[in-house]
Amino acid sequence: MESATPLTDSPDAVTPVRQRRSRRRAILLALSAPLILAGCQLPSFGAYGGVSKTGTDTYKLWQGFSVAAVIIGGFTFLLMIFVIVRFRAKKKDTSLPKQTQYNIPLEIAYTVIPIVVVIGLFAATVVVENKVVANPSPQASINVTAFQWGWKFTYPGHKAYVVGQTTQTPTMVMPADEDVRIYLRSADVVHGFYVPRFNFSRYAQPGLLNVFTFNITKPGLYKGQCAQLCGLYHSLMYFNVRVLPSDQYDAWIAQQDAKTPVVNAVAQNGAIASQISPRVPTNRAQSQGAN
Amino acid sequence: MTDLIERPTTSTPDEGGPSNVDDGHHSDHGDHHGPSGLLKWLTSTDHKVIGINYTVTSIVMMVIGGAFAEVIRAQLVSPTSTLVTLQQYNQLFTMHGSVMIYLFVGPFAFAGLANYLVPLQVGAPDMAFPRLNALSYWLYLTGSLTMVLGFFVSGGPAAFGWVGYAPLTSAINAPGAGADLWIGALMLTGFSAIFSGVNLIATIFYLRAPGMTLFRMPIFTWNMLVTGILILLAFPVLTAGLIMLYCDRHFGTHIFEVQGGGVPLLWQHIFWFWGHPEVYILALPFFGMVTEIIPVFSKKPIFGYKGMVFATLTIAALSLGVWAHHMFTTGAVLLPFFSIMSLLIAVPTGIKLFNWIGTMWGGKLQFSTAMLMAIGFVATFLIGGITGIYLASPPLDFFTHDTYFVIAHFHSVVMALTMGAFAGIYFWFPKMTGKMLHEGWGKAQFWLLFIGTQVFTLPGYLVGLHGMPRRMAVYPNNPSWQTLNQWESVGALLIGISTLLFVVNVIVSYRKPIVAGDNPWDANGLEWFTSSPPPHHNFTSLPPIRSERPVWDYNHPDAPALGHGHHEPAAAAAAEKVEA
Repeated sequence: MESATPLTDSPDAVTPVRQRRSRRRAILLALSAPLILAGCQLPSFGAYGGVSKTGTDTYKLWQGFSVAAVIIGGFTFLLMIFVIVRFRAKKKDTSLPKQTQYNIPLEIAYTVIPIVVVIGLFAATVVVENKVVANPSPQASINVTAFQWGWKFTYPGHKAYVVGQTTQTPTMVMPADEDVRIYLRSADVVHGFYVPRFNFSRYAQPGLLNVFTFNITKPGLYKGQCAQLCGLYHSLMYFNVRVLPSDQYDAWIAQQDAKTPVVNAVAQNGAIASQISPRVPTNRAQSQGAN
Repeated sequence: MTDLIERPTTSTPDEGGPSNVDDGHHSDHGDHHGPSGLLKWLTSTDHKVIGINYTVTSIVMMVIGGAFAEVIRAQLVSPTSTLVTLQQYNQLFTMHGSVMIYLFVGPFAFAGLANYLVPLQVGAPDMAFPRLNALSYWLYLTGSLTMVLGFFVSGGPAAFGWVGYAPLTSAINAPGAGADLWIGALMLTGFSAIFSGVNLIATIFYLRAPGMTLFRMPIFTWNMLVTGILILLAFPVLTAGLIMLYCDRHFGTHIFEVQGGGVPLLWQHIFWFWGHPEVYILALPFFGMVTEIIPVFSKKPIFGYKGMVFATLTIAALSLGVWAHHMFTTGAVLLPFFSIMSLLIAVPTGIKLFNWIGTMWGGKLQFSTAMLMAIGFVATFLIGGITGIYLASPPLDFFTHDTYFVIAHFHSVVMALTMGAFAGIYFWFPKMTGKMLHEGWGKAQFWLLFIGTQVFTLPGYLVGLHGMPRRMAVYPNNPSWQTLNQWESVGALLIGISTLLFVVNVIVSYRKPIVAGDNPWDANGLEWFTSSPPPHHNFTSLPPIRSERPVWDYNHPDAPALGHGHHEPAAAAAAEKVEA
């Protein structure tokens, strides 16, 4: 639209055909702007594209914020540089510049425009946020328990479990293209469940159950680690996430169930439980548990 | 306003100008009011002595905290570095954050420079409660020593981060005296801050010189008033939380521990209910300093004075309702409310930014070190502000929270504040000491500090987006983070060298002093109407106060009147009746 204004308003003799053509070009440009903004032509601005459904939404929100940041920040920086270059004092010029203090319309403009921008950013935030925190009814569930300094993954309705700490990085296995609900707890202090490629993290907190859903669209092995300081070995509290196509996932969990005797599973879980038992929270949220 | 308090120190301009202040008190300020030398520094209740005590102590703390940072950055040069152990690393970043936030940035601004400047800027002989002021300083010094003493107890200092998230701070998870010293230090400095806040508010409301209405106060004084109010609203909450934490550790109160029915999350609410206003308690004084400095070196009044005041008030009001944006990833807070409140803070902050640019617009800019530092502040704060907007959006916070993106964000902010601090030092050092700081060393310091800050922070944003969490002593699983970390370390080194240049500058300026005179910058506020350094009770005379820059009006009687805001120069104002 803006590019059309000088052309159509130009007093120069422009033939009607050319005028129409330039107007059409301008309308095309205006229409394609949101497409360009929404499309994949935008740079990543440093972030990961996201391998989950909501991670992709988050990534697009990131791109939108970045476009706004580049435009507004760039404008402000250029303005500053212009002012610094243009209004340097000349040598030996001791006269005073014009003493101006107020420009009410200008001040209103740079109050109202940011408010409009902020409301726009907030609206986009709410749309994406509602998708990210939604918990559709899941096709699979995983209990994740963080403890100093490792992770335990158990599968409700299965005997399968994965446990590991610091040097033996545990791997959480989950199916692709399914809504997988994560029940996140902490056995002791606050930890952070953080998988960078999922564009998501959440605290694991003692006495508090956190529930969220992933739908990973791209199978693979992803690195994760504790993001919230949890004591001595915080730096080494790693885990992996292996996302398998759902048939392979079913095969994996059946295999795990078969090779895990009940006694062994109980013993393993018991060992972990006894290791962390002095600080295992026993409140309501924890006992609502696996459902 | 209504506070026409008669004081012997106040007189009309006909009876005396700056020059006879100079004659009377320049050489012997303070000595006839008490002891001299060390004893003076130990026993004084003079706001200027206390202000310098605060400033020097806080800069020493900055050097200590900076040294911790250099060790941290040296450790992170390699993914598997063994320069320090894991536990030492946790202690170092805990003490780095604690020293910088609790003992440097805040005390420097709201107790150091503010102590020195607010009474001078409002034309008062001292703070409202001089002894309380002295108590503030001694509590602060004691608290600072208590914090640093952590290194000398068995088990070392606290290692749970400067935010001390429960239950990592419990007696089981953090045994030893280090954690208790951390709690004690925060209580002592917390009370110190509260008393400073009381003193600032009382001084500004009750000790203003005749003619200084609220809307003729310098912006720095305005910001200190708002900072004082925020301190009174926020700091008692932190102190209460610390008492609860101490009781949890020693008396089994189970306030923050799940077993026994406590709620660990409560600590985060209490901490951030203090912590986010605290961000503005830290920032507003520096906003104020920069707002004093940019007009002087643009040779113009501040653009949009009243807008600036309302922006400060708006920031303060909003800052009380945004604390849970630090807790988006807890999954236990109302996301949209804290998101919109946080986003809205961008609006008044943007107003300030455009007002600074508007002040420079059409001016005749002189790039002294103070001005360069102020511009460096604005530029760096812009980066920190824009990246802060991302973090106000919960979905974006979900993947940047607790990563180096956040570290880079708030280091952009606090490094901007540090530049603001040095802008203030370069600007008011002549007033405090009667000597100029050397401009050559100053400019070298500025460029190292400014470039170092960007080299330090910008790679941090990227490595954070690549998934590097904060507080990692080692990162053996992700060697690809190494290059960006090395750039950050180079930046930190440059910042460290810039601090050394400042120390050199102070020494050079004392060895070969350049006499400053009363008003070396042709500046605005009342502090420039008295000698450098000012006499014991600050003023022997005051100019008429008809705008927010009375000294400038006094020195430029021929300047044309301004359209808005009671901006008549002194000559025109002399005929006008005094507003009561």
